[in-house]
Amino acid sequence: MSGSFHLPTAIVVAGAMVLVYALVRLVRHGRSGSRGFVSDVDHATHATLHTASLAARHLQDGLTPEGVGRAAKHLRQLLGAPAIAVTDAASLLAWDGVADHHAPHALEHATEVLRSGHTIVLGAGQVSCSDPDCPVRGAVIAPVVSADRVVAAIAAYGPNASAGLARATEEVAGWMATQAELAELGHQRTRTMEAELRALRAQISPHFIYNSLAAIASFVRTDPERARELLLEFADFTRYALRRGGAFTTLAEELRNVERYLVLEQARFGDRLTISLLIAPEVLPVTVPYLAIQPLVENAVRHGLATKEGGGHVRIVATDEGAEAGITIEDDGVGSDPQVIRAVLDGRADGDNVGLGNVDARLRQVYGDDFGLVVETAPGAGTKVSFRVPKYAPGVHPTT
Amino acid sequence: MNTAYGLAAIGLICLVTLAIGAFGLKLSRTTSDFYVAGRTVTPYRNASAIGGEYLSAASFLGIAGLVYTNGLDMLWFPVGYTVGYVVLLVLVAAPLRRSGAYTLPDFAEARLESTTIRRLCSVLVVGIGWLYLLPQLQGAGLALTSVTGAPSWVGGLVVAVVVVANVAAGGMRSITLVQAVQYWIKLTAIAAPAFVLLAVWFHDGAPGPASARDSGWVEPLGGLAGQGHPVYATYSLLLALALGTMGLPHVLVRFYTNPDGRAARRTTLTVVALLGAFYLFPPLYGVLGRVYLPELPVGVAADTLVLQLPGAMLPDHLGEVLSAVLAGGAFAAFLSTASGLTMSVAGVIDQDLLRRRLGRVTGGDFTVVQGFRIATVLGVVVPYAASRLIEPVGLATMVSLAFAVAASTFCPLLVLGSWWRGLSTVGAAAGLVVGGGLAASAVAATVLAGPIPGWPGALLGQPAAWSIPLAFATAVVVSLATPGRIPLHTARTMVRLHTPEDLVLDRD
Repeated sequence: MSGSFHLPTAIVVAGAMVLVYALVRLVRHGRSGSRGFVSDVDHATHATLHTASLAARHLQDGLTPEGVGRAAKHLRQLLGAPAIAVTDAASLLAWDGVADHHAPHALEHATEVLRSGHTIVLGAGQVSCSDPDCPVRGAVIAPVVSADRVVAAIAAYGPNASAGLARATEEVAGWMATQAELAELGHQRTRTMEAELRALRAQISPHFIYNSLAAIASFVRTDPERARELLLEFADFTRYALRRGGAFTTLAEELRNVERYLVLEQARFGDRLTISLLIAPEVLPVTVPYLAIQPLVENAVRHGLATKEGGGHVRIVATDEGAEAGITIEDDGVGSDPQVIRAVLDGRADGDNVGLGNVDARLRQVYGDDFGLVVETAPGAGTKVSFRVPKYAPGVHPTT
Repeated sequence: MNTAYGLAAIGLICLVTLAIGAFGLKLSRTTSDFYVAGRTVTPYRNASAIGGEYLSAASFLGIAGLVYTNGLDMLWFPVGYTVGYVVLLVLVAAPLRRSGAYTLPDFAEARLESTTIRRLCSVLVVGIGWLYLLPQLQGAGLALTSVTGAPSWVGGLVVAVVVVANVAAGGMRSITLVQAVQYWIKLTAIAAPAFVLLAVWFHDGAPGPASARDSGWVEPLGGLAGQGHPVYATYSLLLALALGTMGLPHVLVRFYTNPDGRAARRTTLTVVALLGAFYLFPPLYGVLGRVYLPELPVGVAADTLVLQLPGAMLPDHLGEVLSAVLAGGAFAAFLSTASGLTMSVAGVIDQDLLRRRLGRVTGGDFTVVQGFRIATVLGVVVPYAASRLIEPVGLATMVSLAFAVAASTFCPLLVLGSWWRGLSTVGAAAGLVVGGGLAASAVAATVLAGPIPGWPGALLGQPAAWSIPLAFATAVVVSLATPGRIPLHTARTMVRLHTPEDLVLDRD
């Protein structure tokens, strides 16, 4: 038995494992199903709730043709009618069930309901056809009223329009209205989030503009060539920072802009500001939220220098971490109280760290709560801000 | 063979690999001057890195062994290994890069907007990765046995431990420069001894293989790996290799490093040239083996021919040094390929299969790093255990089976995903399940049941020729039958996949 593979044994072992698994499943199923302990009424309730939840899943985008088309089967089950139709104000959204030849007339039948907002019952006179075997001899049509407006109508077709069917149709119409309102709420939430994202788009700080222009002005007489170069850098920087368009860019683009920013800051601070960059070239194509790094660097420059004697050092590191990229911005400045930073990240205070809360909020919104900023700081100990960005996230694409 | 030299070479390679892992970050560019951002990875360097990760035990040892045993037909192996990149270049390199995907499951999710397909792809990536790791570990065992006489489980264990230590410690993440250097190490390790051996051969008056003509060794279609139906087997193998390359997880992640689709194509072109240069050498060893070692000693696998040959041709000091160089090169091949594969497999296990479950079990009480380490250990232990349980069927054969599974699953997904807007979610899933199921059962039958005679054996041994068309057909037919399940944003995704990045247009 020198590590050889014995096929019959393997088959027996595999077979035994499958058997055990099947048994476990069977036992569990028996427990959860446990029909013996549930009355028929309960069973019917459960079945109805289950059907409703199946239909609800398809209606989560509202009363769209695709969603209603998929939900129609379950709605018909809820109503127990041979056929149903759902129409909105302009068109037939879905027809499910037998007797397709009635489908073209469904909108016509619903016109009255859509206009008045009252449930109507149609008899054999209004919905008849030449086919003697056709089960559709009557219909109940109920309006779906959402926010005081008739948004759709649901029609149940059957051999006769009984009172029970009328009641059920009205109830289902009411339930559909709730679903439509829920969907609308969802849309509104998405829109709010988009608006929030737009509002969150980092703004470049006005101080930086004044200071840069002042620094450039100081070179105009002494070193006109340098002043010209700086002005061009400034132009490129503002073009990037004020651009309109997508919310994402590549790390390479973002870093290029950070470099422009640092050139301008160095013009102002001279030798007092030293910078080191350690960038793994593998992560340069990674997509990052636009203006995610520059505000952090601006913070580091401000804290690393402004309130400190002598020079300051800012270090920017980007590393490749498999499916993610890690980005760290570090300064050796005065640092700050962790409580203050916590308040900023929670959005409770703005203080000095304008960019911090903004970048954190955007990162969390795009990639989820696992990908927020991590700030390590203490008074007098400098500040280290780091975050991770997944190399791929659904729906995130750079735009130029 | 001198054990000390061989051990020294293997030890050196393992130590260097670990050291690079430990100090890896320092090797990536350190600079304090500006405009680092402009210096993306060049296609040339990226291509070297792909070559470094791609050239595995099958290339370094397996091909020579196959040419030695089975003759002329085996030259299709190096051709197939290279031609896969031509297909990749033409069909998927640029669209894949433009999709923004890092792994194969990422591409599936980006294109088909379905997390179910993403999970299906994750399982397949892990399966293919394990199938590909298996021969690496077996090859390491063979090489170490050949050099030192150690039992066959030691070599695989050494590679497994070095790889786990390296990957789990966070080293050798995927530093392009390191893998690029690996390519040149491997090329030197196989080319330099080859030139010396060729010089010896010329010096001896360039003798031809004595027994070749009798055994039909130089005849084309003389029988692939001893099976019948050589024409079918050859075409099927070629199809598997040509279409399987695009489904190898450790190759595809490298394409992300390219800044755009154009660079992705340039990289692929360079890869073809670099691999072409490398593959000139392994068949040489096979032929020279026929001349100088007409009979292999009993109990020596043909896969170790490359390591035996210098000793047979130069029975002095030089032969031992050359053997040691080749053993070191072979270990470099095991380590770099196994590291790349383990990285990819562990990444997928961690991200798609483990993280959520781990979160549920521990109540979120674990760190990301811990999760990745568990995934790494899992990613290596399973193939190592399998390599101990399963009888070796030959390195190159085993690798070609991994290619067959990749070609039957990811090739339809990538090709149809990039070029056919009619692909529906259900169709893609059906294609993956049918192709993967068929190819995997064929692999299981071949590996577990031993040699099967006649047509069934040929069909199961080389499943690509029937499993790939079936997978394509399933994906197409099911997609045509379920037009309602075509992803909502297909048109927009297609625009993104196929327009050059610098073209100004609204991609949202």
